[in-house]
Amino acid sequence: MSLLRSRRAIPYLLMAPGLLWLLLFFVVPNIQMLLFSLSEGTLRTGFTTPPEVWDFQNYTGSIAKFSKNFTNSIVYGGLATILCFLIGYPLAYAIAFKGGRWKNLLLFLVIAPFFTSFLIRTISWRIILGNDGPVLSIVRDALGLVPDNFSIIGTPLAVVGGLTYQFLPFMVLPLYVSIEKVDRRLIEAAEDLYAGPWRRGGMIAGAVAGAFVLIALQVGLGYGKLVGADAAPAAVMAAGLVGAVAGGLVGGLLISQAFIRVTFPLSLPGVFAASILTFIPALGDYVNAQLLGSPKTQMVGNVIQGRFLDQNDYPIAAALAFLLMAGILIAIALYAKLLGTEELTGGTA
Amino acid sequence: MTAAAPRVQAAHPGAGPRLQAFADRWLLKLFTIAAIAYLMVPIVVMIVFSFNDPVGKFNFVWAEFSLDAWASPLNRPGLADALWTSILVAIVGTIIATILGTLIALALVRYSFKGRNATNLFIFIPMATPEIVLGASLLSIFVATATQEPFKSIIPTGIFYPLGLKTIIIAHVMFNISYVVVTVKARIQGFPRHLEEAAMDLGANEWTTFWKITFPLIRPGIIAAALLAFSLSIDDFIITNFTSGLVNTFPVWIWGTIRNNLPPQVHVIGTAIFLIAVGGVAISVWLQGRGSRTVAVRPR
Repeated sequence: MSLLRSRRAIPYLLMAPGLLWLLLFFVVPNIQMLLFSLSEGTLRTGFTTPPEVWDFQNYTGSIAKFSKNFTNSIVYGGLATILCFLIGYPLAYAIAFKGGRWKNLLLFLVIAPFFTSFLIRTISWRIILGNDGPVLSIVRDALGLVPDNFSIIGTPLAVVGGLTYQFLPFMVLPLYVSIEKVDRRLIEAAEDLYAGPWRRGGMIAGAVAGAFVLIALQVGLGYGKLVGADAAPAAVMAAGLVGAVAGGLVGGLLISQAFIRVTFPLSLPGVFAASILTFIPALGDYVNAQLLGSPKTQMVGNVIQGRFLDQNDYPIAAALAFLLMAGILIAIALYAKLLGTEELTGGTA
Repeated sequence: MTAAAPRVQAAHPGAGPRLQAFADRWLLKLFTIAAIAYLMVPIVVMIVFSFNDPVGKFNFVWAEFSLDAWASPLNRPGLADALWTSILVAIVGTIIATILGTLIALALVRYSFKGRNATNLFIFIPMATPEIVLGASLLSIFVATATQEPFKSIIPTGIFYPLGLKTIIIAHVMFNISYVVVTVKARIQGFPRHLEEAAMDLGANEWTTFWKITFPLIRPGIIAAALLAFSLSIDDFIITNFTSGLVNTFPVWIWGTIRNNLPPQVHVIGTAIFLIAVGGVAISVWLQGRGSRTVAVRPR
């Protein structure tokens, strides 16, 4: 009996040191941050924490005061996630289904950016997109497509571009795993049962998606404002039209019935998991907004790091960080409720 | 396979069969090449700009080819110390995180116990938390040990505050544990249990079985996890920025210097780290390939 009991304790003993570390340096710190977020005072004067004060003003006040930064975070993070999906899904699909003997090399190339420093990758984009950089010297100087005073660095485009690049592997890897798992026999069965090209449906779906993405980009990146209020609706229409044509063409040519009825639905849990894993770090990032953006493009992360590290205004900073955390916990809880935790946590035994 | 032929024929009544054929054959392939090229561009830029001799203080614009930065890669105040701190933190943090994480992974896969699903979810949450929240909460607790009760009277000053090497290592172990658990778990899951049962049947006790059978088989997973932890650790900026105080790691040093200047030495060291990392992966892949061959030739 005592042997049985001690054997039952083995897994808990194995986990104890690691879980204790996470308890002390993940759970307890978050509780402390929650306390700070309801406190008053500064690092110099000392903090008055609950239960003496319950300063909910930190939350209501900072939502109002930093709504622009919250909006920036959600819009830039959201656009980056959409772009990552548009680039990442075909890439993951190609590696999983058409990779052949190149599969491992392609996967290695997808994670190769992680072998360089996050900051240096961002600095590279500053070089590439800079006013004297290669992109503008082609688009602006050689081709004359944009006016002379056009710049990319300092605009939302640069920030979203940087975020898209940084978090693309976070999108591709989970997508790859879930597409790879799709049972090929189901696709063959669908084709045997006359699943052919999905021309009309693919064109409509592609056109709708393309129009949505280009309009979202144009509005989200603030290019609607450049042409003036009168021309703005026309510019949105133009963006939508371009997106619809491009999306319709690609959708009509590439989307087959087997894909839309078998492969895509089976990969959907992976799509949600990958989107969450991309959106979360993008939402909290401040490096791209700092190095590639301008004061106007600051995200919540910039405010949090400034308040914590430069101004030592812990209560407001903690409230902002906690709002970010709370939003993410809700997203994960919703996901777990709807689809279970398997796909996100890498499965249980 | 046989279904493919009629499909292609029936597919395109009049709607540009040649365009369709081109799309089927090339579009995804070209897209894949373009996407991979996109992922590589900043790496190439980093390598190229390590050979730049910039005009002014910022290595942002190409000026002239030069080997100066490669000849004196550490010739900047504080850079050598920062790099050394990065390496030290990565080594110590990786060792601790790999041990703690591997133990959790073993427990999660090999035993069924109450609370296993909850533990899986709990392990996942730190990975899903934005780094800025991890960093900010750690800063909160470290500061609280010096300013708030009950921590102030329980914890002697100097352990967690002022911030420094110790707090950076604590933070790195914390965020790496989950990655180690997930990586090692993936390896143990595809694991031939019958080998262990055979060893036990032949009279080995659990301890011997673990060291003779289990550990050698999961070692590649542990090595992969350690490599991942090391690379996450040496590259981490956001969490380190919150927990480093006045101590610099390499990324934190870059963040500090970029306000005033950006010397090409940054690109040189970035390139060197990249080449070492790629070399490390190549070696581990080679070793793993050799290992799996050895297993394969053993009689089953």
